[in-house]
Amino acid sequence: MFFQQMINGLTIGSTYALVAIGFSMVFGVLELTNFANGSFYILGAYLTLTFMNAMRGNFYVAFAISIIGTGLVGALMDRLTLRPMRKKGAPGIAAVIATIGFSEIINNFALVFFGTETKPFPNIFKVGKIRLGGAIITYLQIIIFVVALVLMLVLSLMVYKTKVGKAMRATAQNTSAARLMGINVNHIITLTFFIGTLLAAVAGTLVAMYVESVSVGLASAISMKTFAAAVLGGVGSLPGAMVGGILLGLVETIVAGYISSGYRDAIAFIILILVLIFRPAGLFGQKTQAKV
Amino acid sequence: MKKKLVRAWARHERLVNLIALAVAVLYPLVFTSPYVMNIVIMGLIFSVLSISLNLITGYLGQVTLGHAAFYSIGAYVAAILATKFQWSFLATFVCAAAFSSLFGILLGLPTLRLSGNYLAIVTMAFGEITRLIELNWMSLTRGPMGIPAIPAPSLFGVELSTPRSKYYLILIVLILSIIVVHNIVNSRTGRTFLAIKGDSIAAEAMGINLFRYKLLCFSLSAMIAGVAGAFYAHYMSFIDPTSLSAGVSTRILSMTIMGGLGSIPGSIFGALTLTAVPELLRALSEAMLHWSDSLAPMARVLVESRQIVYGFILVVMVLVKSDGLLGGINLKYERQNMRMEEEAEKEAAEK
Amino acid sequence: MKTLLKAEHITQRFGGLVAVSDVSMEVGEHQIVGIIGPNGAGKTTFFNIITGLYTPTEGRVLFNDRDITGLKPYKVTDLGLARTFQNIRLFGDMTALENTMVGMHTRTGTTVLDAIFRTKKHHEEEKQCEEKAKEYLHQTGLYEYRYWLAKSLPYGLQRRLEIARAMASRPQILLLDEPAAGMNEQETADLMGFIEELQGMGYTITLIEHDMKLVMNVCEDIYVLDHGELIAHGAPSSIQSNPRVIEAYLGKEA
Repeated sequence: MFFQQMINGLTIGSTYALVAIGFSMVFGVLELTNFANGSFYILGAYLTLTFMNAMRGNFYVAFAISIIGTGLVGALMDRLTLRPMRKKGAPGIAAVIATIGFSEIINNFALVFFGTETKPFPNIFKVGKIRLGGAIITYLQIIIFVVALVLMLVLSLMVYKTKVGKAMRATAQNTSAARLMGINVNHIITLTFFIGTLLAAVAGTLVAMYVESVSVGLASAISMKTFAAAVLGGVGSLPGAMVGGILLGLVETIVAGYISSGYRDAIAFIILILVLIFRPAGLFGQKTQAKV
Repeated sequence: MKKKLVRAWARHERLVNLIALAVAVLYPLVFTSPYVMNIVIMGLIFSVLSISLNLITGYLGQVTLGHAAFYSIGAYVAAILATKFQWSFLATFVCAAAFSSLFGILLGLPTLRLSGNYLAIVTMAFGEITRLIELNWMSLTRGPMGIPAIPAPSLFGVELSTPRSKYYLILIVLILSIIVVHNIVNSRTGRTFLAIKGDSIAAEAMGINLFRYKLLCFSLSAMIAGVAGAFYAHYMSFIDPTSLSAGVSTRILSMTIMGGLGSIPGSIFGALTLTAVPELLRALSEAMLHWSDSLAPMARVLVESRQIVYGFILVVMVLVKSDGLLGGINLKYERQNMRMEEEAEKEAAEK
Repeated sequence: MKTLLKAEHITQRFGGLVAVSDVSMEVGEHQIVGIIGPNGAGKTTFFNIITGLYTPTEGRVLFNDRDITGLKPYKVTDLGLARTFQNIRLFGDMTALENTMVGMHTRTGTTVLDAIFRTKKHHEEEKQCEEKAKEYLHQTGLYEYRYWLAKSLPYGLQRRLEIARAMASRPQILLLDEPAAGMNEQETADLMGFIEELQGMGYTITLIEHDMKLVMNVCEDIYVLDHGELIAHGAPSSIQSNPRVIEAYLGKEA
């Protein structure tokens, strides 16, 4: 029982980690709390579903179109609203409100086009499972975990080993200095949005398949879990987001299994509050000092 | 043009207020459509909510995304006390206010030391958890089934059962909220809020206990939102978690931001317009259906997309005028400026 | 002369960086004391420690013989220290008058209930507060600008308003962080006169400044910081001829 729940928790946790990484990357370059992450997550799932239906079940093509499409919506959000605001020097809180507005728009578009009811989502990897000491691991669980792991690896390589990654880190550290060094900061930020949004779409699709359904109502809960995972790991830290996401998934599954499933979503909130009170910098973050 | 208009308003503020009051008092005597009356009453409830949020977002300068939580706490407290314990309306009202305020403090205690980004997150999470509790604590809230048969408000033994009397009640609640917020804002406490919004480090260096004042602001704002919730419960006679929380926080935020940060008339304007717009869209779509069946799909989209309005308002406002339509208009400053200009002119004439 | 403020062996580390290292300082009543040093010498950090923004890693701060180390900034202000900021921190969307009235926060006491119910206390205190604030604006030459938004004031006047706001908290010591920064020669000369006036009014002043002329003319006692360390202390004449100071600071300036 416990082992089974560890496996379930690990599966769901690795998807939280994906979204949290995207969130953390955006936070890193812009110091912006993106409230639209949960919306991109469901948008990814819905688009995959739509394209799959349109292409008679070709999941891979549908998936590719969906995540790139969602990524573009994220990039567009930056290009159309956030960039003009940066140019005007609008206060940070205005950008936060813009992401809330965007999230509201996406959620309601989804409601109009996909309906208010929960939509069934086909699990195309329902091909087998492994028994491991009393616990059952489905192929899909393995796929989710592997995909998440591979994406994290690729991203880490990208951020820490490539030129683009270097530009991202430079932008995160000091935007104006990065600009002086000839980095096209606006492009880097838009690209970061694209990647962050794409990750949310991947996670959204995988989870939709895992629970075999998708609904608009998930969006705000996912946003909240993303925050909790990122804050737990230390906002802005990529390894932190990974560990935070997986830890959150584990704790959530175990608590839901032993206490009450109705309050599953409340766990993220409790973790969030506890971390913010006792260790606001998170597990991997650094303490910052106010500048005067 | 705009400047002239604002100055005229500043010069005749009392008169404008009196006219607004007269219109509000006379309206139900002239127009009697129950459909419109319901929309107007909802508009007034949201005016109260929007004003209370303005206290936090417009004056204190903090973004919270869980304001609906206080509204729903107020509604549930009133509903439970009225149905399970047969408390009188006035008693549930006071109790709802006290409870919401208490929750404002409970939320504030651990979170108000955090920076702005985190506060927005935590308040959003608080809104979520409030909804979850309302949904899952079956024995207290009846979960998704909601609480039915909440008695209509009554004052001093007189039941206010007609829409018109309910309208006057919420109007009084709104006027009291306006007076309370206006009095707070134009005082030492209000200056303190504005100072914290302006520059929290400088404010603290001037001797302001940031935490204490933020907590005060939260509890006051939560209290007013709770009163709106209590009225809503008694007015609708039925409440459930969905009607109180789904998108309501964002809706209030769009009203406050569109109307104007730090502007009480702005909040009322924002609330009334944004309550009316979805209804207008609905009316428009009905007209379309009436006109031709081929417009049906478009009409459906129009009705279902009315929530999108709130999202668009937020995005467009922050892009175009981030402090809202009436934000940055301060009638007191305007009068002071006029007086100064008059003095300067007089001096010039004497020379 | 009575010692008002005393900093004892203050050290401040941020991670591996030592911003201030073993600095001691004393300010006597009615004195004007200057803190100088090149950029990054730790002057502002030292100010931040005194006013409670940072808690020093080592050492303690005494004010009127009371240990105020690590007290919150608002407490420190309440006790009688008020400061201005190097990069002006006014409440931009409030008028000059209101900025000054906020400065009187610790010396007023109407509560939110007084405000809501418009009690007699509220009305009386508001009136007094406004009168008093106008007085401070007179003293700082800002009276005619009282209804201007702080952000629309010219730069030099913004600096003055910061001083007026600090004065309004009725401090025993005024801590001025680069009051002449960004001012032209004439404005600086005016400021010098004004600081001396303040001393005449009974204020004790500690200031950080880059403008040598100002410091040498108005300060009676000067502390020189370099790389977080105190390298010299004394009267202006002795500082001017101190070889270490010339090397660290004046030499580079010339």
